[in-house]
Amino acid sequence: MAVFIYAENINGHYKKAAFEAVSYAKSIADKSGETVTAITINPTDSSDALYKYGATNVINIKDEGLKNFSAKAYANAVNEVFDGKIIVFPHTTDASSVAPMLAIQKEFSLITNVVESPENMSPLTVKRNSFSGKGFMHAKAEGDGAIITVSQNSFGAKENAVSGTEEIKNLTIANEDTKVISHEQASTALDLKEAEIVVSAGRGMKGPENWGMIENLAGVLGAATACSKPVSDIGWRPHSEHVGQTGKAISPNLYVAVGISGAIQHLAGVNSSKTIVVINSDPEAPFFKSADYGVVGDAFQIIPALTEKIKAIQQ
Amino acid sequence: MKILVCISSVPDTTSKINFTADHSAFDKTGIQWVINPLDEFALSRAVQLQASAGAIVTVINVGDATTEPVIRKSLAIGANDAIRVNLEPKDSYQTAKEIAAVAKDGAYDLILCGKESLDYNGGSVPGMLAQLLDLPFVNAAVGLEINNGEATAIREIDGGKETISVKLPAVLAGQKGLVEEKDLIIPNMRGIMTARSKALNVVEASAVSPKVDAVSFESVPTRAAVKMVAADNLDELVRMLHEEAKVI
Ligand SMILES: Cc1cc2nc3c(=O)[nH]c(=O)nc-3n(C[C@H](O)[C@H](O)[C@H](O)COP(=O)(O)OP(=O)(O)OC[C@H]3O[C@@H](n4cnc5c(N)ncnc54)[C@H](O)[C@@H]3O)c2cc1C
Ligand SMILES: Nc1ncnc2c1ncn2[C@@H]1O[C@H](COP(=O)(O)O)[C@@H](O)[C@H]1O
Repeated sequence: MAVFIYAENINGHYKKAAFEAVSYAKSIADKSGETVTAITINPTDSSDALYKYGATNVINIKDEGLKNFSAKAYANAVNEVFDGKIIVFPHTTDASSVAPMLAIQKEFSLITNVVESPENMSPLTVKRNSFSGKGFMHAKAEGDGAIITVSQNSFGAKENAVSGTEEIKNLTIANEDTKVISHEQASTALDLKEAEIVVSAGRGMKGPENWGMIENLAGVLGAATACSKPVSDIGWRPHSEHVGQTGKAISPNLYVAVGISGAIQHLAGVNSSKTIVVINSDPEAPFFKSADYGVVGDAFQIIPALTEKIKAIQQ
Repeated sequence: MKILVCISSVPDTTSKINFTADHSAFDKTGIQWVINPLDEFALSRAVQLQASAGAIVTVINVGDATTEPVIRKSLAIGANDAIRVNLEPKDSYQTAKEIAAVAKDGAYDLILCGKESLDYNGGSVPGMLAQLLDLPFVNAAVGLEINNGEATAIREIDGGKETISVKLPAVLAGQKGLVEEKDLIIPNMRGIMTARSKALNVVEASAVSPKVDAVSFESVPTRAAVKMVAADNLDELVRMLHEEAKVI
């Protein structure tokens, strides 16, 4: 029986998290000699993008009524076409809202925030994040139906091209519980949870007017920007940039922390980054103990200089 | 209007997380317990709605008797009364089923949760609960207004925000933004005193089997020692990031 995946798209375009979920499903399918079937709702991107990561079938749900997202309506739509025993979701905001509803509809086990391919297929046993970056849990599904959500930027998107086929499914799912009043979405800004590189800054920056140099460094690196909690609490930066135990948990390839002390709650949300660089004027800043590379010094001098040096090697 | 706020009791955010010697469970020795920080935003918003929307606020926790101090704190913050379902839940499914059983007959207009519990990071109970009760579900809420019994919510989306109107009753799971950090309600002496006489009703759990079993736990691997680079030698930092870590 096929391994299913929910391929989330934003305004029709597949997210990197969708490719990660396909890759994850493919790793399961390979273990059991199965194929991957992707379910997606109103995409404009071609299904080729999903074949490239190993989806052999794409069920393309077309439903004008699902233009606006509602967790319930989307769960109902997926339930219409999902007839397998296992389905993988990306752990994005929207997909991770659909998965629990579907889990109840199907009476399946739900295991969220999964970081590695299953260590055992029957019973299904997987490693997942727990304690907000301070530990891992090995969780086992009871029963034979399971829904998995895959933590972003952890398993990774792995190209694994197959030749695939697409099936169009026209549905008319009721979607009246919520109505969109306004929708603001920056199409250009890098999604913090998907970014490969994140440049993050804390109270050491002294004020919001000094973020230009952080944005410049991020620009040169093709990075998303983030901040510590107090920085968003005092309104220097938007809440959406707050990383840590009570904000977003992220795991980029490179995390650059500027003027952030490294409190345990901050570390919890970022310590699964593959490489951490800390820049802090205080040699005793706790963050250095959890870093791979450290520079003691004044961010106001180091950041512009570092930006120029990185630009230079890119030429 | 009746609001049910779901509260989980989690280790204080400063806690070091250790596991038992056989790795089978979280080691609770010496842990201070707090209201899940994301639930505090939901609770504070609900308490604000007592005055502005005439809300009656009930908090619910699925937990054994050790969670009562955290429930009392919720009452001190301003909830009108509390329910504890007497069960140490094994997974999100059990928790959601127990809350649903209580909520089914409670005629709540709104059920507020945190987006995620900071212990096991399920992010699952609110959506499960909404489906069990067949209610609309809004996740990652960063704003909520109630006017004449109509709810308007702001939800975080990847790279932005969406403002939506929501048919009530509904389940909302929120985080910072529901109230700002500075508007989190901190219990005062009067709150703490009155909390003692507010009702905390204990109900027995139904026998729901869990669907996920936490087999074992593992700590996070420690990083190799930090490599320090002098501030006047940034070329070396760039070189190491490029050649050694291969991240730029
Ligand atoms: C319940 C709870 C939850 C929390 N959750 C989070 C969370 O999710 N995320 C989070 O980030 N925090 C969280 N915190 C807050 C956390 O405890 C710290 O207070 C916070 O992370 C500190 O932010 P900061 O490092 O920006 O500021 P500070 O601790 O003030 O550190 C500023 C740093 O900048 C350095 N600095 C100053 N000037 C310069 C300069 N010119 N150049 C270079 N460096 C300089 C200083 O040496 C210092 O290390 C939480 C706290 C609580 C109680
Ligand atoms: N034991 C519990 N009792 C009451 N509410 C809970 C419990 N566990 C989780 N919740 C609620 O569900 C939210 C999400 O939790 P979880 O799905 O466990 O990450 C929490 O923020 C709480 O609002």
